[in-house]
Amino acid sequence: MQFSEQWLRTFVDPQLDSAALGHLLTMAGLEVEEADPAAPAFTGVVIAQIVEADKHPNADKLKLCKVDAGTGELLQIVCGAPNAAAGMKVPCARVGARLPGDFAIKEAKLRGVESFGMLCSARELGLSDDHGGLYALPADAPVGTDIRDYLGLDDTLFTIKLTPNRADCLSLTGVARELAAITGRPLHLPAVAPVVPSIEARRAIVLDAEDACPRYCGRILSGVDARAPTPEWMVRRLVRSGIRSISALVDVTNYVMLELGQPLHAFDNTKLAGAIHVRYPAAEEQVVLLNEQTVTPAADTLLIADESRALALAGIMGGEDSGITLETTDVFLESAFFAPAAIAGRARAYGFTSDASHRFERGVDFELARTALERATQLVLEICGGAAGPVEEAVARDHLPARPAVRLRPARARRLLGIHLDDAGIQALLERVHLHVAREGEDFVVTPPSFRFDIEIEEDLIEELARLHGYDNIPAVAPQGSLMMLASAENRRPVWDVRHLLAGRGYQEVVNFAFVEEAWERDFCANEAPIRLANPIASQLSVMRSSLIPGLAANLVTNRKRQIDRVRVFEIGRCFERKADGVPVAGFHQLLMVAGLAAGSAQPEQWGERSRQVDFYDVKGDLEALFAPRTLRFERLSHPALHPGRAATVRLDGRNIGIIGELHPVWVQRYDMGSAPVVFELELDAALGAVVPAYAEISRMPAVTRDLALVVALDISVARALEVLREAAPAVVREIALFDVYHGKGIDPDRKSLAFRVLMQDTQRTLEDAEVDAAVSVLVRQAESVLGARLRGSGE
Amino acid sequence: METLDQLVQQAVADFAAAVDGAALEQAKARYLGKSGSLTERLKALGKLAPDERREAGAAINRAKDAIEQALDARRQALREAALLAQLAAEALDVTLPGRGGAPGGLHPVSRTLERVEALFGSIGFIVADGPEIETDWHNFTALNTPENHPARSMHDTFYLEGHDDVLLRTHTSPVQIRAMQEHVARHAEREHMPELRLIAPGRVYRVDSDATHSPMFHQVEGLWVGENVSFADLKGVIADFLRKFFETEDLQVRFRPSFFPFTEPSAEIDVAFMSGALEGRWLEIAGCGMVHPNVLRFGGFDPERYTGFAFGMGPDRLTMLRYGVNDLRLFFEGDLRFLSQFR
Repeated sequence: MQFSEQWLRTFVDPQLDSAALGHLLTMAGLEVEEADPAAPAFTGVVIAQIVEADKHPNADKLKLCKVDAGTGELLQIVCGAPNAAAGMKVPCARVGARLPGDFAIKEAKLRGVESFGMLCSARELGLSDDHGGLYALPADAPVGTDIRDYLGLDDTLFTIKLTPNRADCLSLTGVARELAAITGRPLHLPAVAPVVPSIEARRAIVLDAEDACPRYCGRILSGVDARAPTPEWMVRRLVRSGIRSISALVDVTNYVMLELGQPLHAFDNTKLAGAIHVRYPAAEEQVVLLNEQTVTPAADTLLIADESRALALAGIMGGEDSGITLETTDVFLESAFFAPAAIAGRARAYGFTSDASHRFERGVDFELARTALERATQLVLEICGGAAGPVEEAVARDHLPARPAVRLRPARARRLLGIHLDDAGIQALLERVHLHVAREGEDFVVTPPSFRFDIEIEEDLIEELARLHGYDNIPAVAPQGSLMMLASAENRRPVWDVRHLLAGRGYQEVVNFAFVEEAWERDFCANEAPIRLANPIASQLSVMRSSLIPGLAANLVTNRKRQIDRVRVFEIGRCFERKADGVPVAGFHQLLMVAGLAAGSAQPEQWGERSRQVDFYDVKGDLEALFAPRTLRFERLSHPALHPGRAATVRLDGRNIGIIGELHPVWVQRYDMGSAPVVFELELDAALGAVVPAYAEISRMPAVTRDLALVVALDISVARALEVLREAAPAVVREIALFDVYHGKGIDPDRKSLAFRVLMQDTQRTLEDAEVDAAVSVLVRQAESVLGARLRGSGE
Repeated sequence: METLDQLVQQAVADFAAAVDGAALEQAKARYLGKSGSLTERLKALGKLAPDERREAGAAINRAKDAIEQALDARRQALREAALLAQLAAEALDVTLPGRGGAPGGLHPVSRTLERVEALFGSIGFIVADGPEIETDWHNFTALNTPENHPARSMHDTFYLEGHDDVLLRTHTSPVQIRAMQEHVARHAEREHMPELRLIAPGRVYRVDSDATHSPMFHQVEGLWVGENVSFADLKGVIADFLRKFFETEDLQVRFRPSFFPFTEPSAEIDVAFMSGALEGRWLEIAGCGMVHPNVLRFGGFDPERYTGFAFGMGPDRLTMLRYGVNDLRLFFEGDLRFLSQFR
């Protein structure tokens, strides 16, 4: 909410400068977002009257003026403004004045004629963008008076950001009441005396929905002049509150809303038929609103209607064809209370908000309607003339908000805040904000006033105490807790270990958006039915990702565009899929995954290593290092994102935990990635497992190694061969490791040679040659029979 | 015929002249070889009378010792020279860069979160986690924000197509509810439940995008529930954290009344640095407050017996302030030129 400091100070004078006032409001919970001067700094500008305006002897476009600036003599001033004319009152910057931008006014000679000052446009004073001519002041503006005083320019426009619980501060009265409470200074509210009706005209009011509208006041004002000008002081206050002056009648309703906090609505009384009804809509009923929007109100949107049609959305916005115009002579003024629950969220549903709905959905003082109506009547009669009919008030008292007393235990307040406030101090603080306080034993029984909608439980009162006592005055203490060590599971490692391991292997962590382009899901995940956002921020951020890989591929593209060829990135983030029995939110599977991408050269360009492109086995090595000492298994995989011959499922402890592979060449080309990256994606949880070491006896007996070169068909995988050998291995075989793969000259082109080193050892004794030979031949026989292998160099 | 002394002198000179092992061995042969001059003299001893022989023999042996000593010394010297030459030949340009890969690094916000976890961990806060597609109930209702509550308009919420009751969580606060319920379920039997102290870092989502807002960003939730937790404790913990996180005492922290449906009293936390580029400016860094009794109840705690505080901080903001980053969007663009600065 924006308002003028000068206006506020007419209600309460805190005896503080603007900066201190702003700080005080902020620290009371009325956060001052902006405090802007009403006008830029300037001095020496007074109200002057042009006495003569003659042609400049040497210039067609200049005028030679004689000006009375209240100095007792006429000043000669050369002026170029087209509207300069004798009799006009204008701002005059006298010699010695400083205009905005620190522009000093001196004696000058213009086209050979001396000039003692400058007559100003509104723009030259920084008051508006109007540079069409001199700023014409009213005829009664007092000559010689400083323009800053006359226009009240030494003012600050405060914008406060109100939290939804403080609807009571959505008016000058509310802010002033708060300020008086904090500073203890007296509060002066405008006197509102009931206007005695001078005509009989009245319009009946029927409350058809008493829950939603338990109070409605209305009155007819007859014979008003809708074209009467709004007084300058009112325009100034409205404008400085960010509200445009429209016409006297509209201005008065806005002014009273700002002053007291009660939204009002003015109908053209001649356009109404019969009694006013406050009711819910009939099916298909339509209203054309003041903003020219036609709406078909939902069943829970309250309407103001007469006996023939719907007129307005109650508490939200008036209707186009029942509102006042400049032709209006008879006004029906509405001042009502609408329950917050009946207004909340409705305007938003129609795609707009209004000052009225903003206030009603947060809570307007339900005892204010009549006072505000009297205040508006008084102002309309003053400005537009006319005669007022009696106030017609419909009220359903049982449905007005209740203000049940709230019990406050002083001990609880002290415990929750951690400060010592004595009982008398508590009572004094509460009474400062107009809470009615009674004592029942140890407890206070507190009744909030009708303008407070946020005092319902004890904590609401404790918050008031904290605020009024001052958050600054609550000490910051080092808390005491029971000292218990946190659990620390050795078979788990923190996610930071995974991050640091991957970073250590050259990967840079990224954070990508969880909503992605739909095409990514289709292309990389073959996901034709992704989880869609109902209200995406942009079409390329419209579906929830089911894989981190597309985002990493996009990172590759972005960085390649910036001429970075070698890209290694990883991300740890959630992926989203549908799953009826998802945990903890049914319908969704949302696992944390870790994914990486490597592209470009295997090592950064360097003198000491031959440059080569990163390949499957580099990244596989990274994964093996990430999981060591646990062993991963890799099995061929077909995946929409990956090269069909260079993709694998990653398995751990008999379970699929993710994938690894080279990106499919089709996507590499379509997404313009340059060279194909190798990517992986694994369940993070699997990577967080760790092994608690267990000691095994170290053998003191010598170990024997034998190398075994087996020639097998090309399609036999190393994993398969190892599996077969390990299964068949006699007990003395401690380890079988692959140390070479050969395919080429000297070997059948359909076959390859796999060389294994077999380590044999007994914990108790030295192995004899015969035992070693026997063990090897067991392995060879098994390889021959199960894998169709031949020992290399044997009858090749 | 030369005297033995001359012979020794000659040998020492010959050895010194030998420039390598082979030349030295040749020189050695001239004196000590089968027909070397000293060997010849030893052979000639037999022709002498026995008493002459003893004396002459001793003299020759002395000369032989001297020659052998000289030989050893020269051999040693040549070996050393050879080693030096070899070492000189093997010298490297030690200024050539080392071999191997360049390390990657953590995301700057991860750096912050790792420190945040460590700092809160040091006073017994565990790390909790929760889903990002969250139920409306956990995100709003259980946090004392019923439907149509004006506070809901403070969050511009992403909803999922075809689902009314789920959304992308707008804050990490729903983790409070899940963690409280779990804690109570685990400890309800005990007369005194242990204190619940947790932080919950994570990604959150709001329909908002400009230079200072990202539709996805990070939050760290904090919660401490116990039998005697007060607003003064909250102020103490937050002020302590901020000073430790920024590693300076040169920092002002201010708590300003605010409103959140799930805490009461509520506060915004502002910090101001007393030096540096941001000197004297109040910067909003977190929201906090005492856990609302309705929220404690939803979590399974009796608010009469237990009180607690909660806070929600913006680690993106903390990271920006800590490292001087001036545009939030950089965190989510994957630009390696930016990210690699935080290695």
